[in-house]
Amino acid sequence: MENYSKTTAKDFKMDNDVRWCPGCGCHAVLSAMQKVLPETGIKKENIVFVSGIGCSSRFPYYINTYGFHGLHGRGAAIATGIKLANPGLSVWLVTGDGDSMAIGGNHFIHLLRRNLDINILLINNKIYGLTKGQFSPTTPKGSITKTSPSGTIASPFLPGELAMGAQGNFFARVVDNDLEMMQKVFIAAASHKGTSLVEVLQNCVIFNDAVHSEITSKELRDENQIYLEHGKSMLFGKNKEKGLIQDDSRLKAVTIGQNGIKKEDILIHNAVDREDTKHYMLVRMMLPENPIAMGVIRSCEAYTYEDTYYQQIEASRNKSTVGNVNDLFMSGNIFKLENHNGN
Amino acid sequence: MKKRVRVIERDDVVVKFAGDSGDGIQLTGAQFSDTSAFIGNDLATFPDYPAEIRAPQGTVAGVSGFQVRIGHKEIQSPGDQADVLVAMNPAALKANMNWVKPGATIIVDISSFDSRHYKRAEYVEDPLGDGSLDEYNVVRAPITEMTRDVVKRFGLDLKTADRTKNQFVAGILFWLFNRDLKIGENFLRDRFRNNPKLVEANIEVLRAGYNYAETVEAIESTYRVKPAEKGPGYYRNINGNTAIAWGLLAAAEKSGCKLYLGSYPITPASEILQELVKTKNLGTIAFQAEDEIAGVCSAIGASFAGCLGVSTTSGPGLSLKSEGIGLAVITELPLVVVDVQRGGPSTGLPTKTEQSDLLQALYGRHGESPCVVLASSTPANCFDFAYEAARLAIEHMTPVILLSDGYLANGSELWHIPEISELPKIKVPRIKDNDPSFKPYNRDPETLSRFWAVPGQEGLRHHIGGLEKADVTGEISYDPFNHEIMTLLRRDKLDKVVYYIPRQEVIGQPEGDLLVIGWGGTFGALYTAVQEMQEEGHSISLVQLNYINPLPYNIPDILGRFKNIVVCELNLGQLATYLRSKLPHFHYLQFNKVQGLPFLISELKHKFEEILGFSGS
Ligand code: SF4
Repeated sequence: MENYSKTTAKDFKMDNDVRWCPGCGCHAVLSAMQKVLPETGIKKENIVFVSGIGCSSRFPYYINTYGFHGLHGRGAAIATGIKLANPGLSVWLVTGDGDSMAIGGNHFIHLLRRNLDINILLINNKIYGLTKGQFSPTTPKGSITKTSPSGTIASPFLPGELAMGAQGNFFARVVDNDLEMMQKVFIAAASHKGTSLVEVLQNCVIFNDAVHSEITSKELRDENQIYLEHGKSMLFGKNKEKGLIQDDSRLKAVTIGQNGIKKEDILIHNAVDREDTKHYMLVRMMLPENPIAMGVIRSCEAYTYEDTYYQQIEASRNKSTVGNVNDLFMSGNIFKLENHNGN
Repeated sequence: MKKRVRVIERDDVVVKFAGDSGDGIQLTGAQFSDTSAFIGNDLATFPDYPAEIRAPQGTVAGVSGFQVRIGHKEIQSPGDQADVLVAMNPAALKANMNWVKPGATIIVDISSFDSRHYKRAEYVEDPLGDGSLDEYNVVRAPITEMTRDVVKRFGLDLKTADRTKNQFVAGILFWLFNRDLKIGENFLRDRFRNNPKLVEANIEVLRAGYNYAETVEAIESTYRVKPAEKGPGYYRNINGNTAIAWGLLAAAEKSGCKLYLGSYPITPASEILQELVKTKNLGTIAFQAEDEIAGVCSAIGASFAGCLGVSTTSGPGLSLKSEGIGLAVITELPLVVVDVQRGGPSTGLPTKTEQSDLLQALYGRHGESPCVVLASSTPANCFDFAYEAARLAIEHMTPVILLSDGYLANGSELWHIPEISELPKIKVPRIKDNDPSFKPYNRDPETLSRFWAVPGQEGLRHHIGGLEKADVTGEISYDPFNHEIMTLLRRDKLDKVVYYIPRQEVIGQPEGDLLVIGWGGTFGALYTAVQEMQEEGHSISLVQLNYINPLPYNIPDILGRFKNIVVCELNLGQLATYLRSKLPHFHYLQFNKVQGLPFLISELKHKFEEILGFSGS
């Protein structure tokens, strides 16, 4: 047997040119993924990257596994077919905010609802890049874009909120300029059984530069991000001197030592409790009141669609006397005509 | 003393059941067909039901019908007009009076022929009293009333009790056709096997109907139809949708590819999905998707992963799938799309038949995007063409669209159960792990199809997708000359399919005065009309196309041997348009109908006689 622990990021690189714009956040996402895949221990041949259409959907071409670059919005459906056909494959869906929140919204919510064991990277730059700068369903309200000269009118989707509304069991958020965070979370997504959704806040340098900078910039990130880990206190700030407490029906950012707040008052993150409504609150946290939640926010165990489907196959195989198509054709109301018939 | 009843031997008899959609008409029809099949009659059926699940009771709009023709000779069409009409209410009588033969037996449920029902059916005068039925043998059977009497002792609620009245009708017909009641009783035991009380009640009613017919002396003659002259072997009654499901299963087993169906419910195709979800024991993956698009896209994903990917739908669904089918064209993956056509455009006539989608199947995609297009032409050969669609899809790595229609889907006929070993082999163009020659768009020089490398296989990693691919390597390519090369290759690959399909058969003489051309589900009516005219001495032949793209190679040769060509379709001339573009040097007459109904044999013959008259032969 081949020793797969020996594969390295290099094994997952292609020798073609990566065509994203210089400085595009996708480069970092790709390199994080190439570092993570060897760690999963899965054979290259058993990994499939599927995508829809958009800048980020070029991803499969740059990674040395099987790949399927699909139709706009339909990556989720294609991935579903692949996974159901062969549950032994490790399937990743790489998609964008236009691809999955707009044209592919229906497939996106149903993939989460069914809970197939597929990992989704939702690369969210809050704009249409490939078609050059129109607003997307995650574009902040009031934004001026090529198709909203007077500002966008509708409220943006929060992918995490949508995912939980769709019965999603795994949601995580990362930023494209933190390689270590991406690697940790991608590994968690890969090892989670069921649909895992990772929202990557990605910067489109051309059409929406710095849209996430309040969250991601070196100067602000410690104050404006909170990295959550299951079982650990919800702390943030340069010296972890801040934290989250529950105040009525809201989460509130506080500073330890101020107003009598002690370290024990800070909430402990429970990612695995499916009933925990704090997952919703964490996803909805907004600047400037609260930091933006990062890391694995929700990770609950649940049956996967394909496991249940294949169990049903097994059960009906064991129960049925019909083992092949000939048995099927000969079952029920059949009759035999003899040679002499019609004479 | 009982009156002696005449027994008439007939080659074929047409029976039509009609009533409210809640009257169990479809069940009675199916039961009659199954028992006919069981005693060896050939048959063809035509269910005709309203689009609404429960249309207003007693109205003409709410009439559900089931026509079946049984015979001793080969039956290819359910017939134009009925020898026996069962009308459960005045609306059913009104809706069907034009479709009964002179002198036919009309059995009415007299219990529902009252002023209330007349009004709902918008009768001004009592049809049973105004002399309009004098020419018919009318049997006034108190079906509802007697049924209620019989089932009283079972303590059923009124609704359930009334549901059993279809068995009273069945009983009358068993007597009328000199059949053994045991067959009907067994049917009921099977049908209601989970509810012994219902079995008993239904059997009682069945017997009551039989006894009623025997004692009432209202029926002057009974029928006997001898078993059909069919070759030896096993048979069963099958409808088109089941036949498609089973053809796909057979192809999956024969090819060794797992069957994956990704579909969304749509009339009149849903039964294929419903049939295949029942076959988990055979390993079938039947996935009800969130919409038509997800259905076809998941099938394409499954096909990429090595399954026989299939999506089933009807016209509006085919429109939604066109982008997906284009993806299967450019990725050159096997895909079968079954379109059970219905009246269009838009939602159109969901429960009515129409040959609505030929041009959509041929051309309804973005870019130069050729597909194999097949059409099944009888309920039973839906099996053969579903199998054939899968064979061509796999062997030629291409999407195949199979056109069925509402008439074939719900209609049924006797099917000779095939030996699996005798079905054509399916050569799967898979490639071995680590084959050093593998390139995603390397082609088999014979078929021009690429090879099928599947995730999980070692040493064959590759990327495919909807962007244009470089010849051989499969890299993304925007090169203008490459695009033309690939476009031509995709076309030529499709053209090569002609060498792998049978030549076209002509029914009748290979030359003559009139060639009738049809395709798909009109076969029964066209065949019967042409055959009757051949027997009458006319020089007329029939070509019924099952292979539409590509057309069989001998079509031009056939067309050149006839003085006149008439293309008959249940649309405004889609095949005629196609033939004019493919073979422009012939002159095509047309006969078209778009009423949501099949052709009548009489109207076809009328048209053919007219053409032959004008052409002076
Ligand atoms: S347009 Fe934006 S998202 Fe697209 S490649 Fe360039 S930077 Fe990246």
